[in-house]
Amino acid sequence: MVHLFKRLGYNIAVDTASASVHVLDEVAYEAVSLYGKIPAEDIARELERKFGISGKESAECIADVEALVSAGTLFSEDKFRPDVAVLAKRDPVVKALCLHVAHTCNLDCDYCFASQGKYHGERALMPFEVGRRAIDFLIENSGSRHNLEVDFFGGEPLMNFGVVKEIVAYAREREKECGKHFRFTLTTNGMLVDDDVIEFSDREMDNVVMSLDGRKEVNDRFRKTVDGVGSYDIIVPKFQKFAAARGEKEYYIRGTFTHNNPDFMKDIDVMLDLGFTRLSMEPVVAPPDSPSALTEEDKATVMRQYELLAERMIQRRRAGTPFVFYHYMLDLEHGPCIYKRISGCGSGTEYMAVTPKGELYPCHQFVGEERFRMGDVFGGVDAQGERIRAEFKRCNAYSKPECEDCWARLYCSGGCAANGWHSTGDVNGVYAYGCDLFRCRMECALAVKASEALDNAE
Amino acid sequence: KRIVTLNDLNTSRKDGGCGECQTSCSACKTSCVANQKCEKSAK
Repeated sequence: MVHLFKRLGYNIAVDTASASVHVLDEVAYEAVSLYGKIPAEDIARELERKFGISGKESAECIADVEALVSAGTLFSEDKFRPDVAVLAKRDPVVKALCLHVAHTCNLDCDYCFASQGKYHGERALMPFEVGRRAIDFLIENSGSRHNLEVDFFGGEPLMNFGVVKEIVAYAREREKECGKHFRFTLTTNGMLVDDDVIEFSDREMDNVVMSLDGRKEVNDRFRKTVDGVGSYDIIVPKFQKFAAARGEKEYYIRGTFTHNNPDFMKDIDVMLDLGFTRLSMEPVVAPPDSPSALTEEDKATVMRQYELLAERMIQRRRAGTPFVFYHYMLDLEHGPCIYKRISGCGSGTEYMAVTPKGELYPCHQFVGEERFRMGDVFGGVDAQGERIRAEFKRCNAYSKPECEDCWARLYCSGGCAANGWHSTGDVNGVYAYGCDLFRCRMECALAVKASEALDNAE
Repeated sequence: KRIVTLNDLNTSRKDGGCGECQTSCSACKTSCVANQKCEKSAK
């Protein structure tokens, strides 16, 4: 399957099965769009008629297209379906945990999918004993994997910062004796960021995700303290100091856009004006009847923002002031292998969330839903957990009829199981709205890559 | 040129699958492999 599209003035062909990406001029774009539909001599005549080119030029263009077809990088056959069975037979390993060190929060964000950090349960902090056992569980179940990952999440993880430090120290102790390498991530709302947090994170956290929604009025509409005070003026100076201290290490300013700000490019611009250069802006996760949920009417506005964002990235890169947007970070040369593309994020199989009590769930978005409880870090994955693991193993780019004709299926791996569950009641379901946004983002991301490649070639 | 190729998966079928790459659940937490890197290939 070949996906042909035009974005930001670039003509692009994506070969789904090989993941090859080609930038075309108008003549080649026409040739590829006609290839296989009419005989080559008719394509040549059409190119000569439409573009006023010579017979020699049209023949050369068609030969270029045929060379790509012969090389297996255009109209290539998808032979990967049998690899799904290969993956299904592999012994399960766990390589990443999302540690919910705090089911409580010092903000009271109306749109929080985690119900103000409590996940529809009681307020709780993870004791060190649970965190230590989670690290042991991860090591014991990681098989031959060397790189293991732990994300400190909540609620607000800094409300349990002492335990975060203890867990990291314990993991560092264990990694030496086990031949493992831990990568840590911290997700924070910023309220408790201080010099101690910054110094510790710079030493131990491979990535820090800082939640800020952009414009002050947008941020403070939802991200308020329990007393109803907006958080913007408190967290922005802290985040600026935190980001500056990260140096070469990863961080992201991570915003949420909702029905109230589908024009989120204005929020991106505020983030840039504040000096942040590593950004992520995500659609809200909310029930369809929520006032913050994105509507069908919002979709065109949101998609336009993705285009504006791509234009801004190109413009700022050319001006020598580049920035990073998470979803536009495509590594076309060293991207994920086919096995990763089939298996996706690994939720419920190699990635799990751990509650303060040590319960296991397929990922943070399933925490608190009893139907998805998989066991706990003390007893391991139980019988229900094994059934869930098998269910999640079956979620992939080849398991969903809706993905059959989608050119982007090996970029999204069939989509997010939690989104599928929340929108259709089936973890193997498809959240169609999210698919539309994803395809738009991918086209924009590929246009950004095209601009980089062509600028470098000049 | 009329066609510029920017970068295939058939290669990765032979040398991929080590499982050492970072779990995507990075920055977004809601829209989870496009942004992944293959650590082995990048070395």
